[in-house]
Amino acid sequence: MLDFPKWKIWAVMLPILIGILLAIPSMMPASEAAKLPSWMPDARINLGLDLAGGSHLLLEADALDAAKQRLQSKEEEVTTDLRRGDPKIDIGDVSTAGGRLSFMVRDSTQVDAAVERLRALSQPVGLSGSRDWDVRVVDTNRIELVPTKDGDARALKDAMTVARDVVRRRIDPQGTKETTVINQGERRILVQVPGVEDPEALKALIGQTARLEFKLVDLEADQNLVAQGRAPVGSQVLPMIDGGNIAVKRRVMVSGDQLVDARQSFDQNGAPAISFKFNNAGAKRFARVTQENVGKPFAIILDNQVLSAPNIQTPILGGAGEITGNFTVESANSLAVSLASGKLPVKLNVMEERTISAELGADSIRKGIIASIVATLAVIGWMVVTYGRFGVYASIALLINALLILGIMAVFNATLTLPGIAGFVLTIGAAVDANVLINERIREEVRRGRKVMDALETGYKEASTAIFDANITNTIAAALMFYFGSGPIRGFAVVLMIGIVTSVFTAVNFTRMLVALWVRKARPRALYV
Amino acid sequence: MRLLKLVPDDTNIDFMRWRNLALILSIVVTLASLALVAVRGLNLGIDFVGGQVVRTTFAQPVDIEQLRGRVAALGVGDASIQAFGDDRTYQIRLPKPDGPDAAANQVVTKVRAFVAAEYPGAVVSAGESVSGKVSEELAQDGALAILFAMLGIAMYIWFRFEWQFGVGALVTLFHDVAMMLGFFSITQLQVDLNVVAAFLAIVGYSLNDTVVIYDRIRENLRKYRKMAIIPLLNLSLNETLSRTLVTSLSIMIALAVLMVLGPDVIFGLTIAILLGTFIGTYSSIYISAPILVWLGVTPDSFLREPEMEGVPGAA
Repeated sequence: MLDFPKWKIWAVMLPILIGILLAIPSMMPASEAAKLPSWMPDARINLGLDLAGGSHLLLEADALDAAKQRLQSKEEEVTTDLRRGDPKIDIGDVSTAGGRLSFMVRDSTQVDAAVERLRALSQPVGLSGSRDWDVRVVDTNRIELVPTKDGDARALKDAMTVARDVVRRRIDPQGTKETTVINQGERRILVQVPGVEDPEALKALIGQTARLEFKLVDLEADQNLVAQGRAPVGSQVLPMIDGGNIAVKRRVMVSGDQLVDARQSFDQNGAPAISFKFNNAGAKRFARVTQENVGKPFAIILDNQVLSAPNIQTPILGGAGEITGNFTVESANSLAVSLASGKLPVKLNVMEERTISAELGADSIRKGIIASIVATLAVIGWMVVTYGRFGVYASIALLINALLILGIMAVFNATLTLPGIAGFVLTIGAAVDANVLINERIREEVRRGRKVMDALETGYKEASTAIFDANITNTIAAALMFYFGSGPIRGFAVVLMIGIVTSVFTAVNFTRMLVALWVRKARPRALYV
Repeated sequence: MRLLKLVPDDTNIDFMRWRNLALILSIVVTLASLALVAVRGLNLGIDFVGGQVVRTTFAQPVDIEQLRGRVAALGVGDASIQAFGDDRTYQIRLPKPDGPDAAANQVVTKVRAFVAAEYPGAVVSAGESVSGKVSEELAQDGALAILFAMLGIAMYIWFRFEWQFGVGALVTLFHDVAMMLGFFSITQLQVDLNVVAAFLAIVGYSLNDTVVIYDRIRENLRKYRKMAIIPLLNLSLNETLSRTLVTSLSIMIALAVLMVLGPDVIFGLTIAILLGTFIGTYSSIYISAPILVWLGVTPDSFLREPEMEGVPGAA
């Protein structure tokens, strides 16, 4: 017991000093922490949304929509390739019914060439050698493209990665806010924005796919059939935003993919509008199509809904334009942001929404801190009354334990949540258990008539078994909590796990050092415990 | 200064004398708890059944009946309104709307707009909406976390001690969790994700207590090889009694402070852990110890494994 050489003291004190140093930035306000000298650590504990206030959204991809969008872009790819490629293959009767792309090759001698070209377009997926689309010929001159399962999975994965970036750009165009946007599982995106108290604006930004297309209006379509929702060959029927249907050509003139800029503006009547600019390729295409179709109407389509169908008065050569509709300044603004950030490759639904105001969060922090301090003081009082000198040692260990938990959380950038505070208070209560075990054991050994040194030695040694087993079982519980639990359970488990490690260290090693130093100096004849 | 000693040095309580009585009591209460949960059910929060909650602090105290009427007039479903802390803060809970999940949060939007329009100066301090699908997953995750934590722990104890001790720990945990469920069923306190965290804390604590007592039983089984099992259990329980009380009281002190001074939002969590500490202390004496008698633990149980004596890390 007396054997506590200098290196051992350092081995105990060094981690403690480092831990305390790490805890300091988290205990001061952010503005003060920024003024600390540069050699000080600057990592701080993150506050969860329940403490900092803000919005939490869990988004899930609409799998049906994902398949639909995939089919649409495949249609564009295939028609462009076959009609433009060399040799030119003329196709017609394009349909996307039944989740597959099917069309007729007008010249039946070209069917084999078409299949070859389409196979070349398809991509291998994974290691199994399967491809993303199955190409097959039905009825001699009709070709069908069926999405494969692997292809759908791959497309969803790619779409989720793109969607995450698009969502991030929409919420935080400047990239300055502390937002969290991460993929979760195969189909979900978790969005956390501190400080936002009205999630409606947030949802307006994320809720729109913002798929913008310009298509020519089919003027030859039979209005009666269009009203019933039936489209002539090569056209499709879309709903208008002010009600009614309209037939437009399937072929896309230009799409929102070719936008370089979009911002909220006002039209000549002073109504909110969105002005946009195409990139070079888009501008050229837009110029060519508008030149060829002067006097005819074209449709501006957003997420498969026609916003307006103006006539082309003069060719639009500059590659810039304006979208009008029934916008408010807010809705025009959020649409402009959505368009500028690119379209979402898949529609996202809000599955879970939690918004906590900053005041409520601040109130929770204040009460949590007060409760933690009072609880610590109460436990310290209890320890000192029960164990005297040894209670003082246990209390010092307890305070250091609290600082170490904060320090370790800061290093790992862990997030402190409300249940985390509860875990913290529970850890303070439980951390004394190791000291209680040791001190009770020392009492017992003294009662059995052991000498001072012997009683201390045996007390620490015999209590270790129980401390070890009890903490391992708690670690198992905390680890499983973290692995299987979600949200609050994890916040709780993190604090618990850190607390177990630090409490064993402070309650066993640190107090042992204090006791050894005291015994060496005071040489007590009897133990008063 | 005289130090406080809760348990006098020569304490020798015959705990095991009442073991059958305690067993009957525990079985009755456990069964009653399970029956209560089955009949009366639990007040599950939106985390586990889906739905929406809007928490609002009004500028002046409002008439709850009037507020109820106005919310009902919105046509957003059957709302339940509860005072939350003081007479100006209310929690409006709405059921999960029928139809697709996308529609779920539109109700919260509606209620937010209503509060802003009808009660100037009111602050919506929290709005939550959980879809049916997500709530099912959360419930499943929560149940799995508790289940696997219990099994993992029982396996560790089996490995460190003997199978009887593993079974004893598992039964003890089951007893504690059942009683807690009964408590939440009687009080109809809301069960949310925070409460699951509390259950896990209770599992951890009850176990801590059980392990400490088991550790002493193991030690005494090796030391007093001729002693009969009942006196041996009594001896072990008496030797650890002081520690059991001191630790339980420290945790209860910390939790009582948190309950009185801590944030309102985690009141349910705190009260659950506080009660769990109490139940855990009882069960580690009256469930986990006597079970060893019924499972036939004898000093010979530890004969075969002398190599388990040493503890890694013990200096």
